[in-house]
Amino acid sequence: MATASETKATRRDFLYIATGAVGAVGVAGAAWPLINQLNPSASVLALASIRFDVSSVEEGSSVTILWRGLPVFVRHRTPAEIEEARAVPMEDLKDPQADQDRVLEGHEEWLIMVANCTHLGCVPVGESGDFDGWFCPCHGSHYDTSGRIRRGPAPANLVVPPYAFVSDTVVEIG
Amino acid sequence: MANHAGNYTPGTGVERWLDERLPIVRFSKEHLMDFPTPKNLNYWWTFGAILAFMLVAQIATGVVLAMHYTPHVDLAFASVEHIRRDVNFGRIIQGTHAVGASMFFVAIYVHMFRGLYYGSYKAPREVIWMLGVILFVLVMATAFMGYVLPWGQMSLWGATVITGIFSAIPLVGEALQTLLLGGFSVANPTLNRFFSLHYLLPFIIAAVVVLHIWALHVPGNNNPTGVEVKESRDTLPFHPYYTMKDLFAVVVFLIPFAWFVFFAPDILGHADNYIPGNPQVTPTHIVPEWYLLPFYTILRAIDFNVLFIDSKLGGVIAMAGSMLVLFILPWLDTSRVRSGTFRPLFKPFFWLFVVNFIALAYLGAQPAEGIYILLAKICVAYYFAYFLIILPLLGRFERPAPLPVSISESVLGKANG
Repeated sequence: MATASETKATRRDFLYIATGAVGAVGVAGAAWPLINQLNPSASVLALASIRFDVSSVEEGSSVTILWRGLPVFVRHRTPAEIEEARAVPMEDLKDPQADQDRVLEGHEEWLIMVANCTHLGCVPVGESGDFDGWFCPCHGSHYDTSGRIRRGPAPANLVVPPYAFVSDTVVEIG
Repeated sequence: MANHAGNYTPGTGVERWLDERLPIVRFSKEHLMDFPTPKNLNYWWTFGAILAFMLVAQIATGVVLAMHYTPHVDLAFASVEHIRRDVNFGRIIQGTHAVGASMFFVAIYVHMFRGLYYGSYKAPREVIWMLGVILFVLVMATAFMGYVLPWGQMSLWGATVITGIFSAIPLVGEALQTLLLGGFSVANPTLNRFFSLHYLLPFIIAAVVVLHIWALHVPGNNNPTGVEVKESRDTLPFHPYYTMKDLFAVVVFLIPFAWFVFFAPDILGHADNYIPGNPQVTPTHIVPEWYLLPFYTILRAIDFNVLFIDSKLGGVIAMAGSMLVLFILPWLDTSRVRSGTFRPLFKPFFWLFVVNFIALAYLGAQPAEGIYILLAKICVAYYFAYFLIILPLLGRFERPAPLPVSISESVLGKANG
């Protein structure tokens, strides 16, 4: 009888596995709140959209504002900068994207981007670097006048957040 | 090494009573006093005790600092200044803790290079070495989070760069980074949890240290000859011979430590960390603390794509790999001779590795431009070549010098010759 019960699954084996499985689900359920509490809280998420009046930003200058705790560049580009960005052939780009796709039609002079370098998140310095755009001092990434990565360790262009102009001068980000 | 039975005989009835229930006195006598230790250990071997002292010192000063510190973005910077200016002896306690982090790493690096030179990672001590690598990573994580707490510009931006490393992980990277930060950028939730973890990790480190020493007490210490202990005259009891030697080394170690604390508590830090953290402006030069620089150089040396791996992920893989390679080192070094003293070909490569490591640290502090980029790549290449090419091959081609028959013979031979 002992040998027979060793070869085929018994009621006891089933209870053993079932108890273990329920126990594991219970532990996972108890652990989840302890992990998920690390995620952004409601108060952090509540700051998800802001409005900004761009009329005070002169042509050829830029400001940095905060959105969701992230710095955001609002740059009023000069016609020369726009022309320079559009003259770049696509094959020169590490992360190919046309300048037209990075601004809103009718508001081409406004370049709005999250100001964190796509490498490791430093804020690049404006109007510098080898491509007249931004230069990240941390690890040497160069961005052009459209905020596209041109040289250095960053893998992607500066991120354009979702935004829309709610009037001629007020932009809503987020 | 089965002869560490000790010679504890409970004297009084109370001792006998306790010994039968919790043999803690016997354990301490066997492992802290009578433990047979090779009699030829040199001063490089005192850094284990120095590290134990440093861990206790950091925990003691840290617990006290936590009584005065406020982990909030608006108050953290001011509360550290409050500690330094208003709290009784706060200037000394905070200085000791901050300088202590640097001194901790000085001792760690000496301890690790000693292990590398004398082959202390080789069988049967692989687990000691691997636990040591885990401790190294845990201490780096703890030091990094501690550096974030004063919430200066370097704290904030250092944290941004280091947590940005996680965003390089494919698929889950961004979500993982958000989970880690508790938001979309390094902000108050991040500071709060780093404070909590900075308080927790030292106790986990202490627990791993117990495992590290436990693993050490199974085969016993390596020694400068690399020849195993063969008989009892190769060893001395740990107490008083090495307790006193270690104590003396700790006192000598405290001299430069005290000099930094009393005369230049900020010289090892960065001036930018005296500017309160500002999420809108990055300092022109982000430099981590000196002890992380070699790994920082490895991180940013990879500025090119490799196949489908982009440069960002490539840098992270290289940095993680530089520590992972240490973890598997016992199986990379094919030489059966432990001590570098008897390895004529190993020696120049080892010292070049030491110089290369210092060069990696130097390059980490330089801007990523011009000649520095090329030099960094060369140094990173040598770092990996040392472990992955040189050490595996040396064991095959090298003719080691003759080894002494035993520890006592090498000691006596030196005295006679």
